[in-house]
Amino acid sequence: MNFTLGMFRKKRVNRSFWGSFFLFLLLAVIGAFMVLPLVYAINAAFKPLDEIFIFPPTLFVRNPTLDNFADLINLLSASWVPFTRYIFNTIFITGVGIVGHVLLASAAAYPLAKHRIPGTNVMFKLIVLSLMFTPAVTAIPTYMIMSFLGWVDTYWAVIIPAFSYPLGLYLMKQFMEQIPDALIEAAKIDGATEYRIFWTIVMPNVKPAWLTLIILLFQILWGTDGNGFIYSEQLKTLTSATTNIVQGGIARAGVGAAVALMMMSVPITIFVFSQSRIIETMATSGMKE
Amino acid sequence: MSDLQLKNKVRGVPPKERSLRRRERRQQKIHQIKINKHLYILMAPYMILFLLFTILPVLLSIVISFTYFNMLEMPKFVGWQNYTRLFLEDDIFLIALKNTFLFAAITGPVSYLACFIFAWIINELSPKLRAFMTLIFYAPSISGNVFFIWLLIFSGDRYGIINGLLIKLGILLEPIQWLKTEAYIMPIIILVQLWLSLGTGFLAFIAGLQTVDKTLYEAGAVDGIKNRWQELWYITLPSMKPQLMFGAVIQITSSFAVADVSIQLAGFPSVNYAAETVVTHLMDFGTIRFEMGFASAIATVLFMLMVGSNMIIQKLLRKVGE
Repeated sequence: MNFTLGMFRKKRVNRSFWGSFFLFLLLAVIGAFMVLPLVYAINAAFKPLDEIFIFPPTLFVRNPTLDNFADLINLLSASWVPFTRYIFNTIFITGVGIVGHVLLASAAAYPLAKHRIPGTNVMFKLIVLSLMFTPAVTAIPTYMIMSFLGWVDTYWAVIIPAFSYPLGLYLMKQFMEQIPDALIEAAKIDGATEYRIFWTIVMPNVKPAWLTLIILLFQILWGTDGNGFIYSEQLKTLTSATTNIVQGGIARAGVGAAVALMMMSVPITIFVFSQSRIIETMATSGMKE
Repeated sequence: MSDLQLKNKVRGVPPKERSLRRRERRQQKIHQIKINKHLYILMAPYMILFLLFTILPVLLSIVISFTYFNMLEMPKFVGWQNYTRLFLEDDIFLIALKNTFLFAAITGPVSYLACFIFAWIINELSPKLRAFMTLIFYAPSISGNVFFIWLLIFSGDRYGIINGLLIKLGILLEPIQWLKTEAYIMPIIILVQLWLSLGTGFLAFIAGLQTVDKTLYEAGAVDGIKNRWQELWYITLPSMKPQLMFGAVIQITSSFAVADVSIQLAGFPSVNYAAETVVTHLMDFGTIRFEMGFASAIATVLFMLMVGSNMIIQKLLRKVGE
């Protein structure tokens, strides 16, 4: 039996029918496990109160309503900081963090990828090592450094460390290694300075990698609550505000689901539109040691 | 000339000349730094921030772990006292350590394998279906803190989806307080953590699979590879070692750092500390009790655990396909 299920590409040899069947089944079952909570969250956001407390509980909504969203907006505007302020804070932190990270990480990646100069080896090894750190390990000393710099309770406490996340530099360096040396040499012979080479030759060539960095950092910053560094209510992020609503128990059931839907729709939408580019970047970046 | 060759060569020359050569080499290095100063200027902003907010905190954490420090008075040096207290007197830390190892031992390998297996299956689908399935598997990990939806699913009354379903089917008569019963807390958190864990590593694997040289498969077929399992072991896995390494680092680190899911689902502190992990223990002492020295000792232990297990796994992975 040497034919395959229609879903699978037919080009390859060495494919047994039962192997494909078994793998497809596995994919379907686990796929359902992955997607059902999200489907439930989406449906719950549109459920009227009597449907949330129905027995037995249902997955799909029967009489969809926007009440939960209306309640959410009422709750958020009832607090003394206007709802739009939280949105602004999150967008500001995310936006500035991403722009700074892409610029600084690219600038640092270029010498690491294309030049053998003293110190770069040690630096890159440190960066690979730091991929293994989790923020929890460094939270306390980071707070001390922030308070020493006077950045506690400002946006900068969240934004500036995002500039130097190791993952972005790592991916960018791997991607830049694919730029042909001849291109850089030619520019050098024409008398271009290193800054000029970086800005007019290297940067346009790594545009696809920008997108990957942007998406990865967006996911981190969009979901950040800034707790621990930001205390003023008017500086808090959307995540922080909505978590308070969900945990505080001041909201009626269903608002939580509306919050979930609101928070997850943005990163998922962005990913849908950029998926192929991101994977392409990661594929071409080679990820050599 | 490699460093080793240089050293051997230097060994044969008299000390005076040796120091001369060393100075010469140092001067060469300084010269190189001078002519490349623009490159250092390009790197400087990132590197300064990186050292300030990643490397310095780790070093500080190690230093503080040997002191008594409450954020108000100057730190007092206490030697190994924090560490002996941690391992010998702190029973809850031992629970946290046990839980963390359990998480790491289950979610680490399972999510790593899941990332690979699903990336591998998805890679065989037609492009449109591939994009769709990638989204389905990747979506939970990018949805921010959406995992609190599991609170509704495991809700302790009969309107929770699991309770409702089990009662409807007649398996349960009374709703179960899933997140307040010691025995159920850990399995639920592991489940949710797995649900969340197909993230960057998963994408890296999908990308890696697309770079495997297609002609290798044809060559393999000629050489007598009979099925997809042999293809996987002899061709695919060895071809994507770099991605396997990268994925391992990401999965290990995140499986040791479980805290958010535990806090949101089981509460902080959880019932009888059933969901206490090293990170929640760290947060307890760092952000509630302000025992910074002790908290730093916990952070240092966690740091050592992560780096140590990464080293071991990387050594193992180097053997793939050898």
